[in-house]
Amino acid sequence: MYPTKYHTPKTLSEAQKIFAAAASPAYLSGGHTLLPAMKLRLAAHSDLIDLSAIPEMHGFTQKADRLSIGAMTRHHDVANSALVAKLIPALAGCAGSIGDRHVRHRGTIGGSVANNDPAADYPAALLGLGAIIVTDKRQLVADEFFTGLYQTALQPGEILLQVEFPIPQIAAYAKFRSLASRYSVVGVFISQNNKKVRVAVTGAGAGGVFRVQSFEAALEKDFSPSALVTCSVDPAYLMADASGSSEYRANLINVMARRAVENPGKTSCYN
Amino acid sequence: MTNIVLTVNGTQVLREVEDNIFLAYFLREQLGLTGTHVGCDTSQCGCCVVHVNGTSVKSCTMLAVQANSADVTTIEGLAKGDVLHPVQRAFKEHHGLQCGFCTPGMIMAAVDLINTYPKPLTAEIVRDEMEGNLCRCTGYHNIVKAILAAADEMRPVVTA
Ligand SMILES: Cc1cc2nc3c(=O)[nH]c(=O)nc-3n(C[C@H](O)[C@H](O)[C@H](O)COP(=O)(O)OP(=O)(O)OC[C@H]3O[C@@H](n4cnc5c(N)ncnc54)[C@H](O)[C@@H]3O)c2cc1C
Ligand code: FES
Ligand code: FES
Repeated sequence: MYPTKYHTPKTLSEAQKIFAAAASPAYLSGGHTLLPAMKLRLAAHSDLIDLSAIPEMHGFTQKADRLSIGAMTRHHDVANSALVAKLIPALAGCAGSIGDRHVRHRGTIGGSVANNDPAADYPAALLGLGAIIVTDKRQLVADEFFTGLYQTALQPGEILLQVEFPIPQIAAYAKFRSLASRYSVVGVFISQNNKKVRVAVTGAGAGGVFRVQSFEAALEKDFSPSALVTCSVDPAYLMADASGSSEYRANLINVMARRAVENPGKTSCYN
Repeated sequence: MTNIVLTVNGTQVLREVEDNIFLAYFLREQLGLTGTHVGCDTSQCGCCVVHVNGTSVKSCTMLAVQANSADVTTIEGLAKGDVLHPVQRAFKEHHGLQCGFCTPGMIMAAVDLINTYPKPLTAEIVRDEMEGNLCRCTGYHNIVKAILAAADEMRPVVTA
C-alpha cells in the first residue's frame, strides 16, 4: 500500500476541512472495501479521513414512520439491533447476511452504500425500501442516489450521514450467494407499504442495483408468489460472469423474488 | 508517522508507526507476536483474526493507527501461563488442527463466537459463524467439534 496520512476528525466540519485541503483524500469507515483496494494498489489516497469519531454518524433513531441509521453503524450492530428487528426484520437479516462475522464487525452501512458495489446487499435494501440518504449537504431518495456500477450521486467530499428507512408493512430479502465471496449473485429485496410494492435487485444488473416495475405491478394486484409466475426480466440488461450467464441470472431473479414473497419479514439465503 | 498507545495482551504499548501499516504486521514485526498469521492478506481467510475491544477483526484489514487507544488480544494472550484457554485445549483434544497455520485465527474467532453469540450454539450455527475462517488441511469436522466442546465448558447453560 502506498504511503498515506491518517486523520481522525472529531467533528463533521473538521472532516470537511481536511478533505478540502488534501491532494487525493478518501473517507474511511469500516475500511473493508477501501483498505483491500489500497493494498492491491487499485486505489491510492494521500489522506485517509476516518469518520468513526463523528457523533452524528452513529446509532439508531425511530422518527414517526421512519427508522434512521447512522452511516458509521456496523453491519453486526444492524443485524443485532432489537429496534431494527422489531421495525424491519428483513433489514436486520440483510445486514447479517453480509460477508462473515469479522467483516460485519467492521463494515458499515454508510461505506457499503457510498461504495455501491453491484453485488452488495444494502443497495438492494435501500432501493427496495425507498430509503432516503441524508448527507452533510442534502437529502436524496434511493432512486436518485444509485447511478451506476460503483457510482452514486455523492459529490467529491460529500459525507453520507444517515440512511432513513420508511417502515413498511412487509419486507423480505432473498439472496443467492456466491460460495466464495458471499456477495449476491442475485439478491431481491421486496417491500409493501400502503399498497405500494417495491422490488429491487442486486448482483445482476449490468448497471448496478435496479427496480423491476413489472414485478411491482404484478405484486400490487396480488401479493403472492404465483403472481410472479408469468413475469420475467430481459437478460439483455443483466451481467454475466463466472457465477452465471445473464439468462441464468434472469431466472434467478424470478426465483428469488418468489422466495422473498414466501418469506415475509425474513432474509433467506441460498447457495 | 503517528504515535499510538494501545494495550496488547494486557500490556500497554507505545510506538511510532507508519500510517499505512496494518495491525497484523504491526503485531508480528514490531511487537514480535508472530502467532497472528497472514494467510491471504486479502481479507478472506481469517488467519489474522485478533480481538480489538472485545470483538474479532481481520487484522490484515485494519490499520495499526486505527487501533490507537484500543485493547487488543492476540492468540499469545489467551493462555494463563502454562494453562491453556478452554478453546485451545479443546482444539488439542479434538484434533482441531493439523499444520496449525489457520489455528490462531480459528481460535480467536471461536472465542469471540462463544463469548458473544446470543443463543445456544449448534454445529450448524458454528459452521455458519465460522465461515470467515478457512482451513486448508484439517477439515472442518473436528474444528466444529472442538468449538462445541469448548462452548459446553465455557457456557454450559446456553449450549444446546
Ligand atoms: C471478505 C469480505 C466479504 C464481503 N462480503 C460482502 C457481502 O456479502 N455483501 C456486501 O454487501 N458486502 C460485502 N463485503 C463488503 C463490506 O460490506 C464492506 O464493509 C462495505 O462494502 C464497505 O463498507 P466499509 O464501511 O468497510 O467502507 P470503506 O471501505 O471504509 O469505504 C468504502 C467507500 O465508501 C467511501 N465512504 C465510506 N463511508 C463514507 C461516508 N460516510 N460518506 C461518503 N463516502 C464514504 C470510502 O471513501 C470508500 O470509497 C465484503 C467484504 C469483505 C472484505
Ligand atoms: S490474512 Fe487476513 S483474512 Fe487472510
Ligand atoms: S490446520 Fe492446516 S490450514 Fe487449518
